[in-house]
Amino acid sequence: MILLLSAIIIPFVTALVCLGNGSRPAVSRIVGVAGAALLLVSSILLLKETLASGFIVMQAGQWAAPFGITLIVDVFSASMVCITGVVTLACAIYSLREVPEALVRKHYFALFHFLIMGVNGAFIAGDLFNLYVWFEIMLLSSFVLITMGGQRDQLEGGVKYLVINLFSSILFLSGIGLIYGKLGTLNMADIAFQLSQTEDAFLINSSAMLLLAAFGVKAAIFPFFFWLPASYHTPNVAISALFAGLLTKVGVYALIRAYTLFFHTQFDVVQDILLFLAGATMVTGVLGAAVQYEIRKILSFHIISQIGYMIMGLAIGSSLAIAGAIFYTIHHIIVKTNLFLIAGLIIHKCGTADLKKIGGLYKWAPGLSLLFFIPAFSLGGIPPLSGFWAKFTVIRAGLEGQHYLLVTVALLVGVLTLFSMTKIWAEAFWKNNELADTDPYAGKTLPLSMTAPCIALALMTVALGLFSNPLFVLAQTASDQLLDPATYIETVLNPEP
Amino acid sequence: MELLISILIGTLFAAGIYCLLRRTIMKVIVGIMLLSQAANLLVFTSAGLTASIPVFANSKTGTAPLGHADPIPQALVLTAIVIGFGLVIFSIALLLKAYRAVKSDDINSFNQTDRIS
Repeated sequence: MILLLSAIIIPFVTALVCLGNGSRPAVSRIVGVAGAALLLVSSILLLKETLASGFIVMQAGQWAAPFGITLIVDVFSASMVCITGVVTLACAIYSLREVPEALVRKHYFALFHFLIMGVNGAFIAGDLFNLYVWFEIMLLSSFVLITMGGQRDQLEGGVKYLVINLFSSILFLSGIGLIYGKLGTLNMADIAFQLSQTEDAFLINSSAMLLLAAFGVKAAIFPFFFWLPASYHTPNVAISALFAGLLTKVGVYALIRAYTLFFHTQFDVVQDILLFLAGATMVTGVLGAAVQYEIRKILSFHIISQIGYMIMGLAIGSSLAIAGAIFYTIHHIIVKTNLFLIAGLIIHKCGTADLKKIGGLYKWAPGLSLLFFIPAFSLGGIPPLSGFWAKFTVIRAGLEGQHYLLVTVALLVGVLTLFSMTKIWAEAFWKNNELADTDPYAGKTLPLSMTAPCIALALMTVALGLFSNPLFVLAQTASDQLLDPATYIETVLNPEP
Repeated sequence: MELLISILIGTLFAAGIYCLLRRTIMKVIVGIMLLSQAANLLVFTSAGLTASIPVFANSKTGTAPLGHADPIPQALVLTAIVIGFGLVIFSIALLLKAYRAVKSDDINSFNQTDRIS
């Protein structure tokens, strides 16, 4: 239970300490990284404990569900909390050099950890209103983080990000109000229980659609994705890597939770919509990336197309498909964070992220090339890297479910993803190798605090590719648990004394 | 009473979305405010409206009066109002800063980050 709470409390305390040390950037930096390391350790222990016991439930203030606030982790939540810990530590270490002192003085690390608190809270919330509150904590910190540099690009991107996300919060809140009006409860397990008991479950469909739109905006699925490429390339690299890794995946998590748990009785209603949205998300994302020439914009559009694969797993809905979606999510968080961090290395080395202005990195920075090669081609789905197994699982589930059209789309999008990655590769690394005789980037060395997180994440990608079985078993366990909502409901509503 | 409030909520939602779709920054702010009030009212009304029977327990019997109002939506809406306040204040500050940076209050001129470089 203490492990469950520490997923929220460690970032909270770290944020408070950083808030008190705003005028001492060195202290702030050390505390920020130490808190992230502590969070990683505690979240690994949490995952271990959850695997042993299945669920960890806590009723806040000893008020029995459905009256109190329920905090609960199952294997899916625990894996998400665990991977959040990994990304947090990587981004915190990367921030040491990448984020300028002026921003650290403006409480960068405090906001960073408040954001992580919101993300972890969303993963362990067992109550819909509680989920809303964690979403708001996460959003408010992300609003400040994305605009704190104060440059025109950041403010413009921030406005778009702010308005559309506020609108989705309002949809979410309206959905919550309507659910309470119909069922008189907001506890996720209790909602699922009451819907399975009633014959009029179709009355909840209006709320289910409001929540689909609300979570869809957060997850950046078609047609709600346009805020993402407008804003993710503007802030500091560490911030955009953190956002790219975690924030949209909280939306995906909420969608999976919604349609496997509290609206599981309504899954048939939304299945066709989700199948369509998955295909459309994949295609628009990858085509958007094809025309871009700014590295982080290309990567932003790829987030969207990859979200499509996760939604595809959810939409197919079989045990293998949801395991595939979970595998995909975890692989994607590691790879996408890493790609953004490496884009930061390229920016640091070349001074710009515009592919037209850089080139020859293969000759002058072979280490960086190898570092980029691993996550980029994992994203493209080249065996034996982790992206191949993720795509393979989802597509195999699609074939078993006879969704041939969607599988065709997914395979084509995979090819186009590879095209985008080879575009970055050809432009940034292979172009102009022979032109310059002297290294144009000689003065720029990459500090260890920026390369180390990238190397660690790249090694994780390779490890997950070569030894994918443990992660797949984990995803399969989580998926079987998700597809058995009765046990979840029983655990929350009728705990053993 | 619920019917009147429902019509009010619908009007607020319509007005809010209309304002959000206008091109000036000021109307975006007004739109956000109207929408967040509409959602708050929706949550508040969700359990039905009960006049003058709050859940004060009788001090002798320890039970709540018959047909009392449901306190949960009231608790929820208080939280939502506070969050809404914070968000509206932040969006006013952000839009002011953005207005100074872009030097225009026309949303259509906020297009620098959408260009293909």
